[in-house]
Amino acid sequence: MRGFGMAAVLLVVLGCGGDKSAPPPAAAASGAETGGLTPFEMENGIGPVKEVVVVGPLNHEMAEAGEKIFQGKCSACHKMGEKYVGPALGQVTTRRTPAYIMNMILNPQEMVERHPIAKQLLAEHMTFMANQGLTQDEARQVVEYLREQVK
Amino acid sequence: MHTANLRLLALLLALPAAGCSGGVGAPAGSAAADAAAKVYIAPGQKDEFYAFMSGGFSGNVTVYGLPSGRLLAQIPVFSQYPEKGYGYTDQTRALLQTSYGMVPWDDTHHPELSMTDGVPDGRWLFINGNNTPRIARLDLRSFETAEILEIPNSAGNHASPFITQNSEYIVGATRFSVPTPQADVSIGTYKANFTGLLSFVKLDSLGHMSLAFQIRVPGYNYDLAHAGKGPSHGWMFFTSYNSEQASTLLEKNASQNDKDFIAAVNWKRAEECVAQGKAKAEPARYAHNWVDHESLVAKSEMLSGSTVLRPDACEGLIYYLPTPKSPHGADVDPTGEYIVGGGKLATVIPVHSFTKMQKAIADKAFDGEVDGIPILKYDAVMAGEVQNPGLGPLHTEFDGKGFAYTSVFLSSEIVKWSLQNFTVVDRIPTYYSIGHLMIPGGDSRKPWGKYVVALNKITKDRYLPTGPELTQSAQLYSIDGDKMQLLLDFPTTGEPHYAQAIPASLILDRQIRTVNLAENKDPYVTRSEKDVKAAREGRVVHVWMTAIRSHFMPDNIEGIQLGDTVQFHVTNLEQDWDVPHGFAMLGARTSELLIMPGMTRTLTWVPERVGVHPFYCTDFCSALHQEMQGYIRVSVPGSTVALTWNKPS
Repeated sequence: MRGFGMAAVLLVVLGCGGDKSAPPPAAAASGAETGGLTPFEMENGIGPVKEVVVVGPLNHEMAEAGEKIFQGKCSACHKMGEKYVGPALGQVTTRRTPAYIMNMILNPQEMVERHPIAKQLLAEHMTFMANQGLTQDEARQVVEYLREQVK
Repeated sequence: MHTANLRLLALLLALPAAGCSGGVGAPAGSAAADAAAKVYIAPGQKDEFYAFMSGGFSGNVTVYGLPSGRLLAQIPVFSQYPEKGYGYTDQTRALLQTSYGMVPWDDTHHPELSMTDGVPDGRWLFINGNNTPRIARLDLRSFETAEILEIPNSAGNHASPFITQNSEYIVGATRFSVPTPQADVSIGTYKANFTGLLSFVKLDSLGHMSLAFQIRVPGYNYDLAHAGKGPSHGWMFFTSYNSEQASTLLEKNASQNDKDFIAAVNWKRAEECVAQGKAKAEPARYAHNWVDHESLVAKSEMLSGSTVLRPDACEGLIYYLPTPKSPHGADVDPTGEYIVGGGKLATVIPVHSFTKMQKAIADKAFDGEVDGIPILKYDAVMAGEVQNPGLGPLHTEFDGKGFAYTSVFLSSEIVKWSLQNFTVVDRIPTYYSIGHLMIPGGDSRKPWGKYVVALNKITKDRYLPTGPELTQSAQLYSIDGDKMQLLLDFPTTGEPHYAQAIPASLILDRQIRTVNLAENKDPYVTRSEKDVKAAREGRVVHVWMTAIRSHFMPDNIEGIQLGDTVQFHVTNLEQDWDVPHGFAMLGARTSELLIMPGMTRTLTWVPERVGVHPFYCTDFCSALHQEMQGYIRVSVPGSTVALTWNKPS
C-alpha cells in the first residue's frame, strides 16, 4: 500500500519484460524504494525460502516429479508459451531466481501484497495467485520442471 | 460498518437494560457501557467461545461466537439446504435416508458435545432429530454432518442425545409412548399396549454410532436426560411425565399426579444383562447413514433388529425417583452427587442425592413398583428442595463454583441458587419465557462459568417486528460476580432449544482447511484439467469438470439431447483455505453446488428445453468471478450433434 519510486517501476518493467539473459537485477534497488524489503527479498521473494537456492545441472528425475505436480495444481492457470489466467512460465527461470519462484508458490498472498514484482503482476492479471498447498520440496521440483522448459 | 453496528447494538442494549432493571438508581449510561464493553469484540478480534445452538424446526445447527453473539455458521443436519447443495448432491443425499425413505426435514432440539473425562473435548457435536427419530454426529474439524442414525420403534426422540462421561454412549428416549413394535390397536388401549423405549447408542473411538440396546419402560412420556458423572458415572437419568398414561388432552389429563418420575438407569448393569443373554431380539428396521472417510461420499444402509431389555428381566437396571411435578429437565451437578429435576408444575426445585439413592437402594426403601421398576421413597432420596424458585422451573446448569442456575419459564427469569444450602441467592428477568439455559460446559464436570445464555421462546417487543412471526432470541448474562448482569440480546435462527458452548481454543486449531486433491477419492474426481471429459452412458451424460479461479473446464459442451440426464461432477482444484466455487445451472430443479477446495460435488440436471443454457460460479471467487461461466447446448432427441467439449490448449 506504500508507493514505489521510479526505480521500482523500472525494476518491474525489467523483471517482467523478458530479460532472457540472466536472473534479475532486482538487488540493485535501494531499500527505500522497495517497500522495506531486503535486497535478498527483492531478489528471492518473501516466504519460507530464506536462503539462495543453488541449482546444479538439470535433474530429470526431479523435473518429472515437478511436471506431475504442475499438471495437477498449476496447469489450470499457467501455460508455457502464452499468458493464460496467470503469466506464461516457459522462460520464468530466466527472469526469477529459484527461491523467488518457490516463495511465490508457497506464499503467494504475502508476495502479492508486499513484493513489487508480484504486486505489478497481480495488477496485470487481476487474479490472485492460488496457494495450492505445495510442500517446499514439491515447489523445488516444480522449479526443476520449469528449468526444463526454457528454450 | 461493523463498528457502527456494534455501537448501535450497545445503544439499543442500553435502553431496555436501563428501563427494565427496575430503576435501582444505577446510572443507565455507565451500566450499558459496562455491558457493551463486555461483549464488544473489536473488528478483527475473535470470540472466546463457540456456541452451538439447536436450529429448532429449521433442522440445522447454528454456530455463534460468544460473548459477541455473532452468527458464524449454519450447519445443515436434517434439512435439505440448497445453499450448500446439502441433501441434493450425490455426495450428501444418503444422509437423509430413513426407514420411511428420504425425509428432508426435522426438528432439532439438543446439541451435545463429545466428552472426555466428563469435560467437552471439541471432537464432535451430536444433535437429535425429534420428529422422525434420529441422532446426527457433526465433525467439528469440518463443521459438517458426518453421520445420522435412525432410532427404531421410537416416537419423538426428545430426551436425546445426552452423552456419558467418556463418550461411551449417547441416548434417545420416546417422548411419545407408542405400541412397540407398532400395531393397529385402539388408542383407547394405551395402558395395555403403549410403551416407551430408552435407546442406548454406542460410540466407537472415531465417534461412529451403533444401536447397542433399548430398554422397554412403562408408557409414559420421556422428556430429557443427563448422564451421571464422577461417582454417578454409569447411570443415566431420564425425566418422565404423564405417569397418568393419558392419550388425550394431556395438558389436563397428564397433570393429575403430584409426582412423576426420574428414571435412574444403571447402564453398566444393562451391559451385564445384555452380555448374560437377558435381552431379546425384536423386530426393528432403521437407516444408518454416514460420510465415507475415504471418498467423502455419504452412504446409507438399512439395518434390522434391536436388542431389547425389560426391567423385570434385569434386576437393578432402573429405579424411579419420585419427582414433583411433570418434570422437564434432569440435570446433574459437576460433582455427580446431585440430580436436579425441573418440575414444570412444581412449586419447588427438587434435588436428589446420588449417595442417598444408593443407600435407599441398599435399604430397599421402596414405595411400590411399576413393571419391575422399584419406586424409591421420595424422602429417602431427596437432598433438598429449593423454595420460591419462581413459576415453572425447567432446566438447570452449573457454574462450577457451587451455584446452580435454573431457567423459569412462566415467570421469565433465571434463578441462581446455592448447592450448599439449596437457597436462592439471585434472580434476573429474561425477555421472555426462557426455555433452556446454557453455561459453557455447564452440564459437565468442569464448567467455564463466565456466562449464562438464556434461550427464549418469545421476544414480543424486543426487536423490530417482522410480520406475523417475530424473531427468536438468546440473551447473554455475565455470571462472574455475585449478581447476574444482562449483557446482550441477539436473534437466533429457528427456535433455540438447548445449546452448548466450548472455549474456541479447543476447536479452532483443528480445522480442516482443504481436501488434498491427491487424496480426493470421489468416484468422479478430476484431478487435473487435462483429464476433463464428457461421456454418454445411455441416457445419462457424465461431465467431469474442474473449477479454479476463474474458469470451468470444460465450459462449452454440446451434444446433449432432451431426455438426457446430465451429471456435472465438478472438482474444485483450489488448494487454499476458504476458496469454494459455486456451480449453478439455469433451470436445474435442485440446488446449486458449493464445492470446497479439493472436493468433488455432483449436480444432476434434467434439461427440459432445447437451446443453449448457461452455468456460472455463484461464490464470488476473484476479480474475474463474473467471467466464470459456461454454456451447454441441448438438442432435440435423436439429433446428430456429437457429444463434444473443450479442453485446455
